[in-house]
Amino acid sequence: MLASRIAFAAALLAPALALADTVTVVTSFPKELTAAYKKAYEAKHPGDKLEILNKNTAAGIAYVREQPVGSRPEVFWASAPDAFEVLSSAKLLQKVDSGNPAIPDKVGSYPINDPDGLYKGQALAGYGIMWNTRYLAANKLPTPKEWADLAKPVYFSHVAVSSPSRSGTTHLTVETILQGEGWNKGWAQLLAISGNSAAITERSFGVPDGVSNGQFGIGLVIDFFGLAAKNSGMPVEFVYPSVTAIVPANIALVAGAKSPEGGKRFIQFALSEEGQMLLLQKDISRLPVMPTIYAKAPAGYPNPFSGSIQAKVNFDTELSESRYYVVVALFDQMITFRHKELAQATKAIWDAEKRLGGKASPQLDEARKLTFTPVVDDKQIADKALLALFKADKKDEAASKQKAKVEEEWASKAKANYARAVELANGAK
Amino acid sequence: MTRVTPGVVAVALAIAAFLLAFLVVPVATVVYTAFSNADGGFTLAHFSAFAGISLMRESFANSLYVAGMTVLFASLLAVPLAYLTVRFQFRGAVVIHTLGVLPLIMPAFVGAAAMQLLFGRSGSLNLVLNDIFGFTVPLMEGLNGVIFVETLHYFPFVLLNLAASLANIDTSMEEAGQNLGSSGFRLFRKIVLPLALPGYIAGASLVFIKVFDDLGTPLVLNVTNMLAPQAYLRVTSIGLEDPIGYVICVILVVFSIAAMGGSWWFVKRRDFAIQSRGGVSAPRRRLTRWQAVLAYGWIGAVLLLVLSPHLGLLLLSLSKVWSFTVFPEQFTLAHFATVFEDSTRMIYNTFLYCGLAALLDVVLGTAIAYLVLRTKLPGRQLLDHMVTVALAMPGLVLGIGYLRTFRGVELPFIGPLTASWLIFVLAYSVRRLPYALRSCMAALSQVHVSLEEAAENMGASRWRTVTRIVVPLMMGGILAGFVISFVTAAGEISETILLTSRESLAPMSYGIYLYMQSIAGRGPGAALGVIAVVLIGLGTWFSHRIVASRSPHDVPGEKA
Repeated sequence: MLASRIAFAAALLAPALALADTVTVVTSFPKELTAAYKKAYEAKHPGDKLEILNKNTAAGIAYVREQPVGSRPEVFWASAPDAFEVLSSAKLLQKVDSGNPAIPDKVGSYPINDPDGLYKGQALAGYGIMWNTRYLAANKLPTPKEWADLAKPVYFSHVAVSSPSRSGTTHLTVETILQGEGWNKGWAQLLAISGNSAAITERSFGVPDGVSNGQFGIGLVIDFFGLAAKNSGMPVEFVYPSVTAIVPANIALVAGAKSPEGGKRFIQFALSEEGQMLLLQKDISRLPVMPTIYAKAPAGYPNPFSGSIQAKVNFDTELSESRYYVVVALFDQMITFRHKELAQATKAIWDAEKRLGGKASPQLDEARKLTFTPVVDDKQIADKALLALFKADKKDEAASKQKAKVEEEWASKAKANYARAVELANGAK
Repeated sequence: MTRVTPGVVAVALAIAAFLLAFLVVPVATVVYTAFSNADGGFTLAHFSAFAGISLMRESFANSLYVAGMTVLFASLLAVPLAYLTVRFQFRGAVVIHTLGVLPLIMPAFVGAAAMQLLFGRSGSLNLVLNDIFGFTVPLMEGLNGVIFVETLHYFPFVLLNLAASLANIDTSMEEAGQNLGSSGFRLFRKIVLPLALPGYIAGASLVFIKVFDDLGTPLVLNVTNMLAPQAYLRVTSIGLEDPIGYVICVILVVFSIAAMGGSWWFVKRRDFAIQSRGGVSAPRRRLTRWQAVLAYGWIGAVLLLVLSPHLGLLLLSLSKVWSFTVFPEQFTLAHFATVFEDSTRMIYNTFLYCGLAALLDVVLGTAIAYLVLRTKLPGRQLLDHMVTVALAMPGLVLGIGYLRTFRGVELPFIGPLTASWLIFVLAYSVRRLPYALRSCMAALSQVHVSLEEAAENMGASRWRTVTRIVVPLMMGGILAGFVISFVTAAGEISETILLTSRESLAPMSYGIYLYMQSIAGRGPGAALGVIAVVLIGLGTWFSHRIVASRSPHDVPGEKA
């Protein structure tokens, strides 16, 4: 009797759950944004059903890769351009010909759309610094303007960053700093900023969230997190430092999807004036790729086409993509997983600096060098063998073993360096 | 005891097939993957790779540390409370019973987000402390946060089990001890402690397992250097092929089974049978004035702590802006409106999955209970044992096992199994089956077999007897089993995170997690959390009512 009831219930519910004409979108974007697009798109195309798969960028790539041809999602929509490079080099994207002619080819010198036409810019994003005004006032901290400011002793334990392995947008920030400042100097800055951090958060959302509720003072964030928080009434401010890049958040059609036509319809919608206008919503606060939209934006809305954001760095996507896995692994081994030790070393150095009052000290210099030098230098990162090793197939057992060994070497070297730096700094005279 | 008929055999085989397909095979697949190389041969290479990664060693140590510390702190909270309720005469007992339920109705990961705002770096408590005394307490930093949140959530397991076993101690045992000249600490150590220990061990081992396997709480608190989050991160970002994820799963399974098996072995070995039960209840002393102050003080403090996540969640769900202040400044109902506008589907999904899973559980539970208690089918105990093993299976492991085993399985009308609503129903029902089964077993063992014999003597068939006599008489236990399965599944996150492939399939627990990942989403996430807590709370209350009102001697209605 009960069994027949289950069967009946299942039969009743099954049609409601199995939907026809479904456009599936893999995205790392927050729920406010996806909910707004879902509502607007379904109102415009009543026959279609928009299905959102919310995954962070890395998990999104893994998901698309693991689905068999024919049951892949239709659209991939995320901030990090290198994610699209990874997908296109794995032949997982399909060309979309149509687009919106009102969208220019370039912002500054950066191409908005993929030259091969495999993915298109849907919004623009810059990276910057967000802070909680109450937190800064309560802790009597100065307002930061540049990345370099965050590497100063005064901000110790007040900063927060995320890990590039868990967040595509953080990877872009890291890569922007590395390209803007150069490999060694860039890592020195990143290590000092991370040493000043109270936490390396699990997702990029963790940073703006912690800053807006006052857990952290300052965070490295993608602009819309800062702007959206500010526009929803949080006591926060956001600034673009001069070493920033304006990079498109892209949208692409996945090859081997169930219904490519539906996917194209959604991409078309996202690029249309209607779709671009949604970006201006208060809780979304993104920069449209269609310049004419800015005329309808509220006063003071940053406009990358008018030069109101200084973007010094011309982001090199190819370079970024070529060393993606190494940068991500290096960040995790030196920073994410060794954060406690890094913070201790950083604190010891700041304390020693204070104690010595600006007096030169070879021990302190050595401690700084040990702590703020990447375990892979600019020559090693140009090594093709290293880059190839990290790109090797996961099923290649020898390569995975070798890779694990290399990572382990970095980890133990970093740990030893930090421990030695603490000793040196504490004993610095 | 009745004959073994082909019908009985068929039912038993069907149940065995279900358990095999959705419990044994997925877990076996995980274990097999951890021990096999690319060609399918046996290898220990993945384990040595695991041991060679310092992060993995650290995660392993951290998971053990967090689970151990949680057991310690949960005991510190629970032991005095349990002792108070059972051994003293005072009016706080009701409060303590409430204390035993309140934390469990809020999933740990939901509470974690709210506790961040109350006890975090710039949480209410630390803002006040910093204002008055100039220092802060790192309650929520790193592993501390996980321990703190898990302690508040899981201490009732120790409390409930220990209180039950203390209440069972016969006074005559203590009196005998006193007559022989023992008193004070010696009496406690020699008589009370050994007799109460099985209950304590049962509770403590359960806490250990739950914390060791928990995924949601560390993730919400941004703690990744523990085993369960590492397995999740490896499998989601590197892919289902990554062997390290499976190695972690095997470790989780081994520890869970060892902890549970160990506690059973201990309880069995040390279970001091007490001959005279009932009659004499434990002596309840009156509290002296100072003892009363201490007792009520302790209860008050624990109550405040236990209520803090609930209070924090409610405040968060109603606050417009809550940043760097002790309490939110502006209040709004907009977050509830957002939830009802955008996420009714998630609430519906929770009812659908948990309802179907609970239904499946009580059907299976009733059938297994009947097979075990009413037939002489050979190997019937095996079904019971298999179900019990499910209790020790971490949700994460089962989730990964499902994804791996059923990858590419297509069903008519439903499509790919791993991307369908059915996978949730199956996963939820398998892990909650032990609860439903206990409930059904208890209910059936209270139904006297003579009633069935009478029915069969009157010429009723086996099926008719079961449906008209047995099931109606068991209905109280079945209902309780249904509700327990339902509410525990509603708060589940480990399997849910892994199995949710699309937003339209997501149940509430995933919705809460998803909302909590954006700034504007904190409020709606908390609102959804409040709805979930109210739902689970109501369910729990109903199940208590059902159990309390349906004594085994109730006359069943004409039709149930």
